[in-house]
Amino acid sequence: MKMSRRTMLHGTAGLATAAALSAPARAAEPIRLGLLTVKTGPLASGGLDMERALTMFLKERDNTLSGRKVELIVADTAGAPATARTKTQELVEKNDVHCLMGPLAAFEALAIDDYIREKQIPVLGVAAAEDVTQRKPNPWLVRGTSSSAQCAHPMGEYCAKDLKYKTMITIGDDIAYGHEMTAGFQRVFEENGGKIVQKLFAPLTAPDYGTYISQLKEADAIFIGFAGSNGFRFLRQFNEYGLQAKLIPVGGMTALDEAVLRNMGDEALGIVTTCWYSAELDNPANQKFAPAFRAENKYDPGFYAAATYVEGAVLEAALKSIDGKIEDKPAFMAALRATKTDTVRGPVRFDEFGNVIGNVYIRKVTRKEGRLVNSVIKTYPDVSQFWTYDQKAFLANPVYSRDWPPAKNLSN
Amino acid sequence: MQFWVAQTLNSLAFGGLLFLLSSGFSLIFGLMRLANLTHGALFMLGAYIGAYLMRAFPGTSLWMAALASGIAVAVFGGLLERFVLRRLAGNALGQVLLTLGIAFIISDGCLLVFGGDPIPLSTPRWLARPVFLWGFIFPAYRLAVVVLAVCAALGLHILLDRTRLGAMIRAGVDDMAMARAVGIPVSAIFTLVFCLGSAIAGAGGVLAGPILSAYPGLDGDMLPLALIVVILGGVGSITGAFVGSFIIGAIYTFGIALLPDLAYVILFLPMILVIAIRPNGLFGRMAV
Repeated sequence: MKMSRRTMLHGTAGLATAAALSAPARAAEPIRLGLLTVKTGPLASGGLDMERALTMFLKERDNTLSGRKVELIVADTAGAPATARTKTQELVEKNDVHCLMGPLAAFEALAIDDYIREKQIPVLGVAAAEDVTQRKPNPWLVRGTSSSAQCAHPMGEYCAKDLKYKTMITIGDDIAYGHEMTAGFQRVFEENGGKIVQKLFAPLTAPDYGTYISQLKEADAIFIGFAGSNGFRFLRQFNEYGLQAKLIPVGGMTALDEAVLRNMGDEALGIVTTCWYSAELDNPANQKFAPAFRAENKYDPGFYAAATYVEGAVLEAALKSIDGKIEDKPAFMAALRATKTDTVRGPVRFDEFGNVIGNVYIRKVTRKEGRLVNSVIKTYPDVSQFWTYDQKAFLANPVYSRDWPPAKNLSN
Repeated sequence: MQFWVAQTLNSLAFGGLLFLLSSGFSLIFGLMRLANLTHGALFMLGAYIGAYLMRAFPGTSLWMAALASGIAVAVFGGLLERFVLRRLAGNALGQVLLTLGIAFIISDGCLLVFGGDPIPLSTPRWLARPVFLWGFIFPAYRLAVVVLAVCAALGLHILLDRTRLGAMIRAGVDDMAMARAVGIPVSAIFTLVFCLGSAIAGAGGVLAGPILSAYPGLDGDMLPLALIVVILGGVGSITGAFVGSFIIGAIYTFGIALLPDLAYVILFLPMILVIAIRPNGLFGRMAV
């Protein structure tokens, strides 16, 4: 752990010293940014991408935002809620960070939620849990990625209207993320005339999906709401059973991430997924970012790399609007939420809960220059977490779950 | 009808996979009284080595990769036993903790070397297509896994019951002090059995690869399954591991299909029952 003597003194001397320091002296101090990510364990693939992209973002700006040096302190939560909590405390109390980025997983975000409220630390979130920007909004959070269902809503409409599927099956991880994403998909798909005839959830650590695959009923298509490597393993086994000819797979935002695509073969070709990003996006920021990331790491940036890169851009824009004065937390927080900027995912702004409003892309796996990529085939502009619903009505409903909205069209 | 046939085949395939995983664990546990918690990690290490070989040397078949990986993991296991575990001989708790620590080291080592993304192992081409059985589809490779498991069980059975080496191993399992007294080199046999158990884990990891892929967390997903099988089947018994694997395969498959809400506990219920009624497992023969 790198720690300068000044940080040490600052930390031990406490608030009195901090308050006594004059304004110019404080402005010279670096901005301390804490990144909560996962560098060990099963989630490390995405976690390492988060760190790589953010490091790249800062390096491109000579580690300087709004004229102040930025000191990045990376903490490894190992994907465990308890460790996430300890590391957050360490970043806040020992490293005295000005703001946090991350964590990766929803259960980590929930584990640190009350601590963030208590300590009032501005957080640029990555994890997708719905309610932290809905029914239990955290005033210290902005989320530049999306809520669990934010990309699934447009996918529901796309499947019903553009792909004209009548009946579908959903399958996802048996965790809040899987429940929320498939629920959002189901709601929009069914409201557009489709029918969900079967809903399956598999334990996050299910070693084998054979049992689930053998149960699949007849339908036009199946929506895959898995995270991490699970979507990849499910698809392989799905093909193993020779089902791709009978049932068309489509995916949520983490089903066929760029990180997974590079280990897949022709079986992935043609699969349609939804996400707020694709390495193939044709905007000026991404035209710089994606090739640079590829040059450095030999693979395309995906969901997690883009996540911290987007959050970096949000941080930069917010700091600029307040002249780098990150110490004034309420002003900084207000600036974050008022941010409107162009990022690698396209233009972003935030709603009153701090959740992003931005484009959602429907992508299709194609082969380009020998590698598999997610080509964008349709853009839903400025999608909010509430989709086209009235915000009040949306919030009056219970949060998306296994059982809400109820599935009325299940076949027996 | 189709449901029952399809899920029965699924349960057999999963059972076969479990046997490849747990037979080595049972062997080591039986002889050395050591719950080798690196076993899941060795399984994962095997899968990664296999995946690496098949990538680095195109044309390597899955079988070659399994063989090479089995040997590599066996050597690793042998070194581990000789130079690390041996130092804690007699300290069972210390050994268990040590194996757990080494399991963490292996799993983060794999992450460092092979990265965090899942790496698939390709199925041999002639087994890559689904077969049609009585009018429905089942992946050919999964049937092959059942055959492989049966072959492995037969091989182990012959080794343990029909050879001199097997007799020595069994003697060591039954009464270590007496085996030593009649001149059986128990300590060399320890190393050998550890190598053999590791080899089965390593090769098993590769053979399970086309179904499971090599991914970080594979170790943690598999270790509890090995424990459950061995507790159910009885420690140190290949028959026990074999029967246990297929029972667990069936309970898991039918449990999930019929009672999806119990997916998390379904595997542990039979274990509790067996521990309550037959603490040594169905085929356990430890006379402790």
